[in-house]
Amino acid sequence: MAFRKTVSKYPLSFIFLFFIVFPFIVPYKALATRIIIWGLFALGYNVCLGYTGMLSFGHAAFFGSGAYAAGLVLLRVSQNIWFGLLGGLLMGAVTAFILGYMSIKRRGIYFAMLTLAFAQLVYFIAFQWAGLTGGDNGLRNIPPLPVSLLGLTIHIESPLRFYFFVLVFVILSLFALNRILQSPFGHVLKAVRENDHRARSCGYETSNVRWLAFIISGAISGLAGALYALYLHFVGIESLYWTTSGQVVMMTLLGGMGSFIGPFIGAGVFLYLEDVLSTVTEHWMIFLGGIFILCVLFFPTGVWGTIQEIVSRKRTTVKQERDA
Amino acid sequence: MSVTAIAMQLFTGLSLGMLYVLLALGLSIIFGLLTVVNFSHGAMFMWGAYAGVATASFTGNFWLALVVSPLVTGAYGLFVERALVRPLYGRDLNYPLLLTFGLQYVMIEIVRIFWGTSDLAFSAPEVLNFPVGLFGIFYFPSYRLFVIGVTGLICLILWLFLEKTNLGLVIRAGTRDPLMVRALGIDMGKIWWFVFGMGSALAGIAGILAAPIRSVFPEMGLAMLVESFVVVVVGGMGSLKGAILSGIIMGEASALTTLFYPQMADIVIFLVMAVVLLIRPSGLFGKSGLLE
Repeated sequence: MAFRKTVSKYPLSFIFLFFIVFPFIVPYKALATRIIIWGLFALGYNVCLGYTGMLSFGHAAFFGSGAYAAGLVLLRVSQNIWFGLLGGLLMGAVTAFILGYMSIKRRGIYFAMLTLAFAQLVYFIAFQWAGLTGGDNGLRNIPPLPVSLLGLTIHIESPLRFYFFVLVFVILSLFALNRILQSPFGHVLKAVRENDHRARSCGYETSNVRWLAFIISGAISGLAGALYALYLHFVGIESLYWTTSGQVVMMTLLGGMGSFIGPFIGAGVFLYLEDVLSTVTEHWMIFLGGIFILCVLFFPTGVWGTIQEIVSRKRTTVKQERDA
Repeated sequence: MSVTAIAMQLFTGLSLGMLYVLLALGLSIIFGLLTVVNFSHGAMFMWGAYAGVATASFTGNFWLALVVSPLVTGAYGLFVERALVRPLYGRDLNYPLLLTFGLQYVMIEIVRIFWGTSDLAFSAPEVLNFPVGLFGIFYFPSYRLFVIGVTGLICLILWLFLEKTNLGLVIRAGTRDPLMVRALGIDMGKIWWFVFGMGSALAGIAGILAAPIRSVFPEMGLAMLVESFVVVVVGGMGSLKGAILSGIIMGEASALTTLFYPQMADIVIFLVMAVVLLIRPSGLFGKSGLLE
């Protein structure tokens, strides 16, 4: 009982503790890194879907452009890893700013289709602009770089060290987002999600609120893309293709969109299943697609949401029995 | 740039536009009545192509393939509506969209299991494989003219069906006010079922018609889906007139850019969409505020 209380009081700290042991309980370290990078992407995506209620199918544009920006900065401008990451973050935000301008006024399925179409435009631009992006070949040979911090130079080549390097940004994003969502602005976001008209009659310019949420979401996605570019030492053109957006939608829904931890669980389930199934069959996507369909049909709150429902149901039955 | 090349490209654009029209009509008719955005529409297009190619290579008869494809995807659409989409009615509009999105991956994988991942070669039947002289100035592949003709015919049949038959009347009424139609004692569930199948069948026809023009491979529907979304959005969601007009515009825009500035060929339809939406936010024939 006491344990549960502490967990619910400091959820972020427990997520943090879990992430520290996480690389030691998955089959290999690189998988853990991939999971938390995609988890970060899904976390950023969830600002859009879970907290503001906007179904975007254009997040590949932010993830991919963040990855390209980081890669290009490190290849052409500076060998400082911080500038690469900053470039990714800003690029994600700027792309979200522009795409948001084009599509934020529309809502619901219209918004989904518009973000999809404009993200696809970004893909084709990157594809054609081969002089900058490498076109179909992608951006190759992004160098492995050490991290310089307070005069120290830390090497992060080993998988475990790289995991913890990524984890730092995951934790920072979690705390920043938690701060944002607990702020008055975070409550306005929820108000917009629940009832746009009422939020507007309270005096909020709701399309601007949604636009800002979209940009925050894009910035985190861009950061995730930049980390992914560092992880792979490569940026592929398919990171901008709309199936990447689809993948993050699937992860977010599989995990459950109501919480912080949901997107990470979704990314974990997705990538772990991919890892396991792809050793058995090359047609692993049929299983993931099937699981996703079942999830939409029967568990719309995702893995985490379903666990929470079961726990709370059990708790109420226990309470009812006790009361009786 | 010679007049001949431009005229030729205009016809090529028209035949490409016809594929957009068929796909957009299917999407739009489903959306207009069921308010479902079918993300597996591209995969149904792909299934139509594969079903047609399989039939044609098995029997050697292209005309049979042209009939089998829409029947296969139509029947499949009926199954999908009943088994998967129906349980989601009454829930948030995003759920059918997400479900069909997952479904498209399953459909792509099924095709990969049976046919592998490589392109299938498929050419138009002998009868339709000759150049036709047009206006005495250029020669045009007869198969593309055939595509234009067939699509025109389908549009005509669809129009007659919707405007002149009782079932068409019910469908039009259901698009406006399903509750009222239900109050008049008509089972809307059956109508929805039928229309989902009809839209899927249209995707199947588009698939087999596209097979000799574009290459046939499992992911052929992915790009096509996005392009047909663009067509639907520009035409105005749920508007059939809009779908036809915007399909033709997009086909022409794409074909003419290929001629003048090929680097922009993939991009131009998105730019057209951006411009149209800036001027008319709900598309050419769309009603504003529909289902937002």
